[in-house]
Amino acid sequence: MTTATTPVRNRGRIPARSLVWHVICVAIGLVLLYPLLWLFTASLKSGTEILSNLSPVPKVFTPGNYSKAADGISGLTLWRLFGNSLFLACMSVAGNVLSCSLAGYAFARLRFRGRGLYFSVMIATLMLPMHVMLIPQYVIYQKLGMLGTYLPLVIPHFLATEAFFVFLIVQFVRSLPRELDEAAVLDGCGPYRTFWYIILPLLKPALVTTTIFSFISSWNNFFSQLIYLTDPKMYTLQLGLRLFVDQTDSSAYGPMFAMSVLALMPVLLFFLAFQRLLVEGVQTSGLKG
Amino acid sequence: MAQATAPPRPLPRPSGGTSVVKPPSRRRSSHLVAGHVFLAPWLIGAVVLTLGPMIISLYLSFTDYDLFSTPQWVGLANYRYMWEDDKFLTSAGVTLKFVLIGGPLKLVAALGVALLLNRASRGVGLYRAAFYAPSLLGASVSVALVWRSLFATGGLTDRSMSFFGWHVGGLTDNPDYAIYPLVLLTVWQFGAPMVIFLAGLKQIPRELYESASIDGAGRMRTFFSITLPMLSPVLFFNLVMEIIHSFQSFTSAFVISGGTGGPSNSTLFYSLYLYQQGFTNFHMGYAAAMAWLLLVVIAVVTYGVFRSARLWVFYGQDDA
Repeated sequence: MTTATTPVRNRGRIPARSLVWHVICVAIGLVLLYPLLWLFTASLKSGTEILSNLSPVPKVFTPGNYSKAADGISGLTLWRLFGNSLFLACMSVAGNVLSCSLAGYAFARLRFRGRGLYFSVMIATLMLPMHVMLIPQYVIYQKLGMLGTYLPLVIPHFLATEAFFVFLIVQFVRSLPRELDEAAVLDGCGPYRTFWYIILPLLKPALVTTTIFSFISSWNNFFSQLIYLTDPKMYTLQLGLRLFVDQTDSSAYGPMFAMSVLALMPVLLFFLAFQRLLVEGVQTSGLKG
Repeated sequence: MAQATAPPRPLPRPSGGTSVVKPPSRRRSSHLVAGHVFLAPWLIGAVVLTLGPMIISLYLSFTDYDLFSTPQWVGLANYRYMWEDDKFLTSAGVTLKFVLIGGPLKLVAALGVALLLNRASRGVGLYRAAFYAPSLLGASVSVALVWRSLFATGGLTDRSMSFFGWHVGGLTDNPDYAIYPLVLLTVWQFGAPMVIFLAGLKQIPRELYESASIDGAGRMRTFFSITLPMLSPVLFFNLVMEIIHSFQSFTSAFVISGGTGGPSNSTLFYSLYLYQQGFTNFHMGYAAAMAWLLLVVIAVVTYGVFRSARLWVFYGQDDA
């Protein structure tokens, strides 16, 4: 704000207004981030102190919460929960990237009878509440003997059921210059090779966005995991955290919040690394509709 | 494969819309196969995991089904029972209240902050990112646990409100107020619609503001005569998405109430009650009926918003 090039005349006025603006923004930011700050400081307090001590600074600094969190809950170590969550998130990323890029290319570029109908179905599923499919899906998985396995949480991603990502990729492919496809066709490429050699390499930004959003939504997923995972050995971080809720002993609060911090870490890291892409992802899939 | 029967056209030409010119029928038929190959995963998913289950769940909604015995046809009994089921009526009311209070508050916050951030200034990117962060984290169990403690009896809000002489105890323990921490949690996540508003604000042509200021329009006048109408398609989009999402809220209410929807069913969201009926009581038929009613309600509300859009959504005549 103190650039030497600013004319002296403006110095008094404009920085003052912009200072007010910064103060307002910082204040909003502090209010919004306060719960996260609270979480972090609570994870370093002793169980009894978490509710009683309103100050963010712990009276008794208790980093031991983290080693207790690592020991886990109900015989499930943190690493097992973490590993299970990570496995599901990676499968979800792989499935979405693969199936949604295939579908996105077909919707955006190929011309064939039925495409219009399929596309309307895809757009309609964007708005469909998952509850309408929930019970028959559960019954189907039960009949196939898949309850208590990870399959009900993995298969849907490989079948492009998340229309959000298909739509994201359709929008992205549409924005690529058609000359590239046509040049490939003139060079004798069919749709498969055009996809593989031309479109897929160019899709990278959209696939990165898909990866990040798939990872985060799988990581934060609770409902499906709650329904489909019955064996505690297969529990994820979210389900493990939920086990703390049933514990009324306040000594469990410290480790609970330590584990909560650790559970948020991957999402926070993704956010810090890719925040620009995330924000742009929200814009493209939201606006260009 | 060589499609070069048509004479090669000159390369430099405006992009977009030109490919309509030459779809040779041979190429189209080859895409019929390729199109279905590329779409195969999606098609299987759409039939097996979406459309099929939708029809089955419509059928199940007319049956009595507990997952283990065969479904018994009961006609409209599930739907009729809803009107006698106090818990159902409560959960519908709670959800409606949540949608009607949380949705508008969230959108107003999103629009307000988007207006604040809509300027070229140092730090805009940082603030935008920071304000968006809660949208990514809000759905997690971790954050729900934080809320649970913040609003518990003896927690931060309880004691700060007591300090100001308002003794209601922990909001999450009081049936009259338990919904408000959940409303606050959804408003806290205003970042996602804010980002969409911001992108919309960037699309408004500057000339409109310039001519408005030449005409001597004040800030309020400019906002209501230019910003709001030009932004109405984005507002419309956000409104529809918000309605659809908030009708389906689950995790926060589940975690904060420990799965009960309490106290006194005051946070018994529709999806939470559906979950209880389907997966705790194994009233699968009733849960399927609830799901279909939810679909119909969301469809009707969305349709209503779409219809009303003619009155308040402004789509520019030529560009915009």
